[in-house]
Amino acid sequence: MKSIVSALVLALCSGLSFSVSAKDTVKIAYIGPLTGGVSANGIGGRNSADLAVRMRNQDPNAKYKYELVSADDECKPNVGVQVATKIASDNSIIAGVTHYCSAVAMSTVDVYHKFGLPVMVWGAVLPEITYANDYKEVHRVNGTMINQNEVAAKFLTGLGYKKWVIIHDTTDYGKGHNKYFTQYLTKNGGQILGTFGVTADQQDFTAELTKIKELKPEVVYFGGLTPIGIRIRTQMDRLGIKAVFEGTSGIKSDAYIEGLGKLSEGSLSFIEGAPWEKLPGGLEFIAKYNQQKYPDAPEAYGPFAYTAANLIMDAIEKAGPNRKKVMDVLNKTNNVETIIGKVSFDDRRQNIVPLISKYVAQDGKWVVWEDSLYAKKQRKLGQ
Amino acid sequence: MSFDIFLQYLLNGLMLGVIYAIVAVGFTLYFGVLDVIKFSHGDILMVGAFAGLTAYIGIAGTFDSPWLQLLVLVLISLSVAAFLGAVIARYLILPLQKAPPINTLLVTLMLGLALREAVRLFYPNGSNPKPFPRLLPTDGISLGEFTLRSDSLILLLTGIICIVAVQRLITRSKIGLAIRAVAQDSETARIMGINFRQIVLITFMLGSALAALAGLMNGLYYNEVNFSMGLLLGVIGFSAAVVGGLGNFYGAIVGGFLFAALQTLGAVMLPAIFPDVPSAYKDVFAFTVVIIIMGLKPTGLISEKSSERV
Repeated sequence: MKSIVSALVLALCSGLSFSVSAKDTVKIAYIGPLTGGVSANGIGGRNSADLAVRMRNQDPNAKYKYELVSADDECKPNVGVQVATKIASDNSIIAGVTHYCSAVAMSTVDVYHKFGLPVMVWGAVLPEITYANDYKEVHRVNGTMINQNEVAAKFLTGLGYKKWVIIHDTTDYGKGHNKYFTQYLTKNGGQILGTFGVTADQQDFTAELTKIKELKPEVVYFGGLTPIGIRIRTQMDRLGIKAVFEGTSGIKSDAYIEGLGKLSEGSLSFIEGAPWEKLPGGLEFIAKYNQQKYPDAPEAYGPFAYTAANLIMDAIEKAGPNRKKVMDVLNKTNNVETIIGKVSFDDRRQNIVPLISKYVAQDGKWVVWEDSLYAKKQRKLGQ
Repeated sequence: MSFDIFLQYLLNGLMLGVIYAIVAVGFTLYFGVLDVIKFSHGDILMVGAFAGLTAYIGIAGTFDSPWLQLLVLVLISLSVAAFLGAVIARYLILPLQKAPPINTLLVTLMLGLALREAVRLFYPNGSNPKPFPRLLPTDGISLGEFTLRSDSLILLLTGIICIVAVQRLITRSKIGLAIRAVAQDSETARIMGINFRQIVLITFMLGSALAALAGLMNGLYYNEVNFSMGLLLGVIGFSAAVVGGLGNFYGAIVGGFLFAALQTLGAVMLPAIFPDVPSAYKDVFAFTVVIIIMGLKPTGLISEKSSERV
């Protein structure tokens, strides 16, 4: 009898301890620019990945409790390699949602491969990140600049513009944009009057812009990120250059509009995917995001960071907290429903995103081209 | 190249040159008076610009007139930098006067780093570039392809007037006489009754206020300031001072304008001559030419032997 009682007590205790025991905590990493000129995008991405983790932790069916370890790559390749090494060498971290800046993502892929850390790029658009090496660790949920530039080149030639000059920064990101845009523009009959490579931290562009003024282009194409985009647009105005300013996904941030004020009017930008209002799960995403009261906006690539974090957590749920097994599951991602639509990876683990959205800055906001006053011919670009 | 485009290049070059010259004059003042190379000069410039920005944020709601806002902003920015300059002179430069020059150089280099990181860490959102208020009128005139905006003209004139004023101060005033005396021979100047310590403090206040002015001009011209802006401007200002002849007032000005001319030339000529070399290499080109000039004239373009110090 005594033994039965003690067995019962033991069973009760163990049952109790089972019911109150916390789930195992699994760490995943987020790396992006949390400081520096493009930090608005980095913070938006971090908050979005954080949102995915918070949502998962509220889910009673989740097998694990998740913890997001954030790191700041400052959008600098050397800093990126340092933090990537720190994250990848920490064995308690199972996978990572990594990088907005292409130059940084490009320089860190070797680190992830060496340490066997599965990562999913959420914002960088340089094709080489997934296509230059066959690293099974590296995945990308957003599209590449190839698709972006094809649309960008077709779009303005379609509107009747003929003469371009190209300004690009001399990082891999800027050079990649120059390469693909030039390729598609010439194919579509556009003429390039001059190409100017500038450094990513250059302050003064007046010499380049004076030369550009002499060339009289109809459109100035800029392949680079927000901070120098703001500088170039400001100095174009100072020199009285009236050409249309066409940027890439690198300037699609609220910081661009805040930095320029009224001068941002009529700038163009292109990104993969659609604005959150038009994404399959966009409304749900933004509602959850606003609920958490983050002080900053998710920015253009927030939904991608959210999706990347969710795909990683799905894989951990399925395969357990093991880097190799998680990588294998992620490699096989095919036709998975997410808030950005269906995600399928090709043989290089690159998501096939067929949709590119065109944006124009209008009255202090980025507006989808089709909904803008410019498309309705009520305003004219370059005025 | 048509004449109007040439004029545009000239204006761009002059604008850059005047900012560089003001920074270089600061370096030259310190070196002339105390044989000191103060490497935190560029970061004082940045602190001055941020002080101006903070002042603007503080008073933006109080005054409506942009001119009044500008006046307050300039006064506060210059005062903060001058005060900082005096503190540096009093507590870092003077105590190290007997130490080898390399120590002063290192201490100021580290101070510059500390100032830069302090702004980055403690200024709200300090890592990010900050939009600088557009306080000057932006209307302008166009002559063919040449555009001259009134804000560029005001900044250019302010810079030139400021350089001339400092030149007059040094050559025509009593304080200037004392500065020159200390620069020539500090021992004799002391025996003649000049308050050495006071002159050093005044020189550093003047140099730092000039740096702040350059920082404000930079902010008003590019409509942006950032925590690392002093780094390159400091190196360029120092190179300009050295190539002109360190310690020589006119040398600093010549050096400043020369550097701006080289940068502009580099940006235009490099891609024209070598299609594969982007204009991003304009700084490489400018610094290379500076190195060649230094090889040919090691004491700078206007060397000390043929002219007075400061």
